[in-house]
Amino acid sequence: MNALPNTAGVPLWMVAELTYRCPLHCPFCSNPVDFAKVQSELSTEEWFRVLAEARALGAVQLGLTGGEPLSRPDLERLVAEAHRLGFYTNLITSGVGLNETRMRALKEAGLDHVQLSFQDSTRELNDFLSSTRTFELKRRVATLIKAHGFPMVMNCVIHRLNIDHVDRIIDLALEIGAEYLELANTQFYGWADLNRAQLLPTREQLERSEAVVAGYRQRIGNRLRILYVISDLYETRPKRCMNGWGSTFMVVAPDGLVMPCHAARMLPGINLPSVRDASLAQIWLDSPAFNRFRGDHWMPEPCRSCPEKTKDLGGCRCQAYLLTGDVGATDPVCDKSPLHSKVLEIINGPRPLRPAIERPLVFRTPENSSRLLADATQPCD
Amino acid sequence: MDNPVPLSRASYPRIAPLYRFQWEAAQNAFVLLFPEGMVQLNVAAGEILRRCDGKLSAGEIIADLRVAFQSDAIDADVEAFLRSATDDGWVEWRDGVTP
Ligand code: SF4
Ligand code: SF4
Repeated sequence: MNALPNTAGVPLWMVAELTYRCPLHCPFCSNPVDFAKVQSELSTEEWFRVLAEARALGAVQLGLTGGEPLSRPDLERLVAEAHRLGFYTNLITSGVGLNETRMRALKEAGLDHVQLSFQDSTRELNDFLSSTRTFELKRRVATLIKAHGFPMVMNCVIHRLNIDHVDRIIDLALEIGAEYLELANTQFYGWADLNRAQLLPTREQLERSEAVVAGYRQRIGNRLRILYVISDLYETRPKRCMNGWGSTFMVVAPDGLVMPCHAARMLPGINLPSVRDASLAQIWLDSPAFNRFRGDHWMPEPCRSCPEKTKDLGGCRCQAYLLTGDVGATDPVCDKSPLHSKVLEIINGPRPLRPAIERPLVFRTPENSSRLLADATQPCD
Repeated sequence: MDNPVPLSRASYPRIAPLYRFQWEAAQNAFVLLFPEGMVQLNVAAGEILRRCDGKLSAGEIIADLRVAFQSDAIDADVEAFLRSATDDGWVEWRDGVTP
């Protein structure tokens, strides 16, 4: 295997970010920090068209997310249409707004599966991180999800402030009867990038948590499947990101921009196409944005002549941009990258001893988003 | 399993409720969908699973497949597939009868 096909595969996965509105304020949220400027959400009818076009391209899995997708009053209608088209529908929710009436309506609409997020296993930290009182509510929602017979994934974003609770987070997943537990280490883009100093776990924390997860896996077997996704900053090879740019995933943002990954909105020089201007087929097959990093034609050295390039495809474009300033660079996590020192600086650099006390977290709120937007547009250079 | 229990041909397998089984034109194959994942099935697996509707017994499914594949030598393969599909949680058996 030397050359990769640079042609488009089937976009099996479509993520529909229905809205950037969310009642929670997580400081690791992957939504863009300037979400406050996005005003005009796609209408119900526009989503119907997008769903039909995605099915025609071969998409089978649909992730309904946001923000908080329950903020859209037409969620039930969107689920019903997606179900009718033959999608497997996954609702990805914080649980806020999910009551008995909506749960029943979603079941009738054909919803297949619910992923419920917690911020921690304790009420104190869950409520601090989301800056809402939602822990008890989430537990009630979990009971509701099971009572309606849905398979349930519990999701918890892991970082320095909760990584030492991984055992209790697994206990919570067992207690609420989740079939899967997704422990995803924070990806440092969006709001998480602003809070990296407070959220990046230490190497010791990571190693301890991996041992804890391995111990649980042995003990509990298939009762709960644990997916533990570790940040690759401590590795010497990057991860294959989104299974390859433009290979399997597409994300449709609330205002109709189509992205090869959740964070692509922040990448400079990439003109993201919109479903308001073109069909999904044109976007997937022909748009410069989707073809830009498809396959290996774009690779610089050392990737271009690297025997491992089919494995990791040069790593994550967003990480490359955030750490090197160049979207098209080798992911600096790779120790063959000439800029690998950027990663070493972060993981070996000074870290607050008491994160979130010495340096307050920036929470994801519309006010903070507007403030960051104003700062970014100051004519200072 | 070292010593597989003989499969009960009188019980009724069906796709477990966590899973959805459907034809995908884009893949030209039957697929099995589950939370955040998909298995693309080969022809034999697709033909077996499409008969697992809870209305046919394992014995009836085997008889039907002998005709479809014009072969009498498929019993062991079908049984082995049903057993592993049960282990993977894809297939459930009516009245709690498992192979
Ligand atoms: S990460 Fe938190 S703030 Fe962001 S969309 Fe999810 S629940 Fe809302
Ligand atoms: S040089 Fe590029 S292709 Fe090779 S291992 Fe590093 S990131 Fe991957």
